[in-house]
Amino acid sequence: MRRGPWWAFLLHRLSGVALAVFLPFHFLVLGLAVERARLDGVLDWTDNPWVKLAEAGLVVLLALHLTGGLRLLLLEFGRWSDRQQSRIAVAGGLALLAGFGFLAAAFA
Amino acid sequence: MKRTCPRLVETGYDEPAMAVLEVEIWRGGEDGAWRRYSVPHEANQTVLDVVTHVQRHIDPSLAYRFACRVGMCGSCAMTVNGRPRWTCRTHVSLAARKGRVRIGPLRNLPVIRDLAVDMAPFFEKWRDAEARFVPAAEPPDAPVRPDEPERKAADAGIECINCAVCYAACDSVAWNPDYPGPAVLNRLWTLVNDRRDGDRDGHLDAAGAGCHLCRSHQECANACPTGLNPTAAIAGLKREVFRRALGGRTRERQQ
Amino acid sequence: MKEAWLFAAQRLSAMVLAPLVLLHLGTVLYAVRGGLSADEILSRTEGSLFWGAVYGLFVLAAAVHAPIGLRAVLSEWCRWRGAGLDIAMGLFGLLLLALGLRAVMAVL
Repeated sequence: MRRGPWWAFLLHRLSGVALAVFLPFHFLVLGLAVERARLDGVLDWTDNPWVKLAEAGLVVLLALHLTGGLRLLLLEFGRWSDRQQSRIAVAGGLALLAGFGFLAAAFA
Repeated sequence: MKRTCPRLVETGYDEPAMAVLEVEIWRGGEDGAWRRYSVPHEANQTVLDVVTHVQRHIDPSLAYRFACRVGMCGSCAMTVNGRPRWTCRTHVSLAARKGRVRIGPLRNLPVIRDLAVDMAPFFEKWRDAEARFVPAAEPPDAPVRPDEPERKAADAGIECINCAVCYAACDSVAWNPDYPGPAVLNRLWTLVNDRRDGDRDGHLDAAGAGCHLCRSHQECANACPTGLNPTAAIAGLKREVFRRALGGRTRERQQ
Repeated sequence: MKEAWLFAAQRLSAMVLAPLVLLHLGTVLYAVRGGLSADEILSRTEGSLFWGAVYGLFVLAAAVHAPIGLRAVLSEWCRWRGAGLDIAMGLFGLLLLALGLRAVMAVL
């Protein structure tokens, strides 16, 4: 029953929560860089194709939160536009594109 | 009375397969239940016609509200197949899904009984936000022209008749007890843009207490029977409150 | 006016984050080609004032942005409100800031 903007909100919120949960772990791993061997240990693990796929998911989440956030900033701070559905489509499309770009680069 | 079923009297008994509508109507208070009724299906029948038929021919104890029956008063708002609507302006044939119609009380408001909700919380938020015109001590410097940007922004939201359809459609209202809701904020935005109003700062303070809880779902704008867009109005309030918080100019140049 | 200030902080940090996330996404797509290694990452960041400033600002903005967003989710979906929530979110912001700055120091 709910329309596009509601689903755009849901994606924005869920991607935001996922990123907030991921962020501390991301920082923890990068903090290992003082000992190169340990950081390399984690990075070797990311060579696993399944991990790469999960990373692509993270890239989509980040891109989704970015484009969704830009859409919101435009909605709240720009002039009102009735083309909300098109903006949502553009935001989602760009995020997916980022994910495919990551996969292409990671498996190249 | 006559209006309700003249066709039933004329044709109902002659036709072997009279079209029947299966409707479910909420009965009881918050802990009530859906009850099924069979109602003759007629051309151009509104959901309010259906409710009226049930009350007059099947169960006189059914509680519901209506007044004008022509989309002027806003008192017949109910939830029809999950969407808040004016029942007098909703044709059964358009609202029905697979021939089924489910009619319930408005969401986000306490149910008194059946289809009647207690509107008090809705109006109390209106009162608490002091969302009403405050005449300025001095008249505006320049005459208010109908085509000036601020007047147009105010006019865009002025046709609200407080039916609470947007309030029922809004998830932020459901999720935040403190959220004033789309109607109140829409009204505040019309006042903020009204150059004859003398309490712009007061209205913005009231808006600042709650407008940020709007998540721009735009369900209010989709549901509004008069075609207003409270989400756009609330975006305007967020912008003005933001500008004021950062110490900027308070009068906004409107689109 | 607390909500107004939090809203302003959320949107301002979003405006800071938007270009940084875009840059980060570009770097991720660039760096992931041929697999990740500690040497490759560190050769880019070590001693770089530019990356130090970028990631320092990134961490700061994220530490402001994430707790405010999470606060909204927790109050709306988990009915957690009041001082407890505000304190918890403040601590979460500090945690992000500490871990993030530690990570930035590690790769510099």
